[in-house]
Amino acid sequence: MSQKETYRIGTGAGFSSDRLDPAIDLVKRGQLNTIIFECVGERTLAFGHRDRAADPNLGYNALLETRLRALLPLCHAHGTRLITNMGVANPDAAAQLAVRIAHELGLNGLRIAAVTGDDVRTLIHDESPLHEPSCTVAETGRSILGANAYLGADAIIPALEDDAHVIITGRVADPSLFLAPIQHHFNWAADNWTQLGAGTLVGHLMECAAQVTGGYFADPGYKSVPNLAYVGFPIAEVCADGTAVITKLTDTGGMVNTQTVKEQLLYEVHNPNAYLTPDVTADFSRVNVAEVGADRVQVSNAGGAARPDQLKVTVAFDGGYLAEAEVSYAGPGAVDRAALASTIVKDRINKVHGIQTSCRTDLIGLNALHQLETEFTPNVQDVRLRTALRTNKHDAAQALLWEVESLLCCGPAGGAGYRGRIEPSVLTYSTFVKRDQVTPKIEILSV
Amino acid sequence: MTRVIELRQIAHARAGDKGNRSNVSVFAYTPEDFPLILAQVTAEHVKLHFGHLLLGEIRRYALPHLHGINLVMDEALGGGVNESLNLDSHGKSWSFLILSLPIELDSGTPPSSNYNK
Repeated sequence: MSQKETYRIGTGAGFSSDRLDPAIDLVKRGQLNTIIFECVGERTLAFGHRDRAADPNLGYNALLETRLRALLPLCHAHGTRLITNMGVANPDAAAQLAVRIAHELGLNGLRIAAVTGDDVRTLIHDESPLHEPSCTVAETGRSILGANAYLGADAIIPALEDDAHVIITGRVADPSLFLAPIQHHFNWAADNWTQLGAGTLVGHLMECAAQVTGGYFADPGYKSVPNLAYVGFPIAEVCADGTAVITKLTDTGGMVNTQTVKEQLLYEVHNPNAYLTPDVTADFSRVNVAEVGADRVQVSNAGGAARPDQLKVTVAFDGGYLAEAEVSYAGPGAVDRAALASTIVKDRINKVHGIQTSCRTDLIGLNALHQLETEFTPNVQDVRLRTALRTNKHDAAQALLWEVESLLCCGPAGGAGYRGRIEPSVLTYSTFVKRDQVTPKIEILSV
Repeated sequence: MTRVIELRQIAHARAGDKGNRSNVSVFAYTPEDFPLILAQVTAEHVKLHFGHLLLGEIRRYALPHLHGINLVMDEALGGGVNESLNLDSHGKSWSFLILSLPIELDSGTPPSSNYNK
């Protein structure tokens, strides 16, 4: 590696569907010790369980094979370790796929680790208390798809000690994926809360990839971002004292400045004094953010206190179906005609089909997202009625689509462009389990 | 003479979600404008403008050295990403709704170059 004094860690994906080309560029030119692909959210995990139930060999990230075929040879050539939670609901099957790909590519000697133990379905029972809303599992009246505890850095570190080149996990807390290799590299103690807080800050800033390098930031006329179409993914240069410089490759789009870093600092954070992870109660409230060069921002002064006693668990339930149907109106009176169509659909869903579930309607082009109180604007001459409802019954979901499509002949004049779709729906709630009830496991496969 | 601007002229913001709770961070572009944000982008002010959408408690955390605040808004997302029927089930658009808040400049307020954007 280029710089002995710093540990270089990059982000190859910040969510399940993130881009591939910036990750390839990072491994080729970034001189990275480790690259992280963070690809699990509550919903992706729930759908992973659904996939695995349908086929025991599935349940991992849909882009896993595409990403590994592109990245494994590069990581092998550049001596870069790859850590990812792309195992989602089936890390073992994902690791086996990685072994097959490595064989095919002739990457002999590669050591691939599967980290499991996050699946705590057997610990969840009818009386398990859920949070927000507060009720028991039984009171939801729904069937459980899966339950996963958020594992921490300590679940990954044994695989690093065992010199794994590729580490594939399921539900590990996002910042922990980054903290683990940093903590292992600098040999930080598992109860040095300040250092773990600093490493968690690095993970938190890095875990959404381009969101710290100018992605999700541009606001033309107010915040301009150069070459956003080719935004580069981030690199953290971490020092032994936990301070770090967030940067990106030269000749990539995007930018790293105090504004992009500050926005990501509080992303999905509530109390900045107490950001809870399985590893530490991190304190981001006194973090200093300073530009130290072009596209280089130093972060320092994160703090930490003892880790929470319990581990958070996401419990995913079958949520039935989400039905959505849309139709458009244009020209004079478009808003009035769309509003009339909305009234008709709500009326008939209830009276003709006997569906009591509330049906939401929006007028895309007028108030698609928030139904803000808008002054009537006669100039709006192109709106799209969107209807949506969630139901456990497939025939009720179909009824919504039928009613909206039937507007084409039976509804207001000029309706056009009907589309409808029905998707499976999942619901996720949180609960907590004691740490000693959860045992992370590691299996290492050699190629 | 009171002059009203949009918060967007002096601040940038990002929204995040966890469950049915949304958080929006708001940062002043220049340190001189942070007192305006501190004084006027209060939980009460946000509730006044968006109370029909933000059904729960609103808490505010200040980070004066970063010239920013964090608004944490309960029951803000129609049930959250899994349950909401809103197209924006994550509430990602909340950053710009907050940036639309009016900010009053009284005659004593020193002008900042940002106001003329």
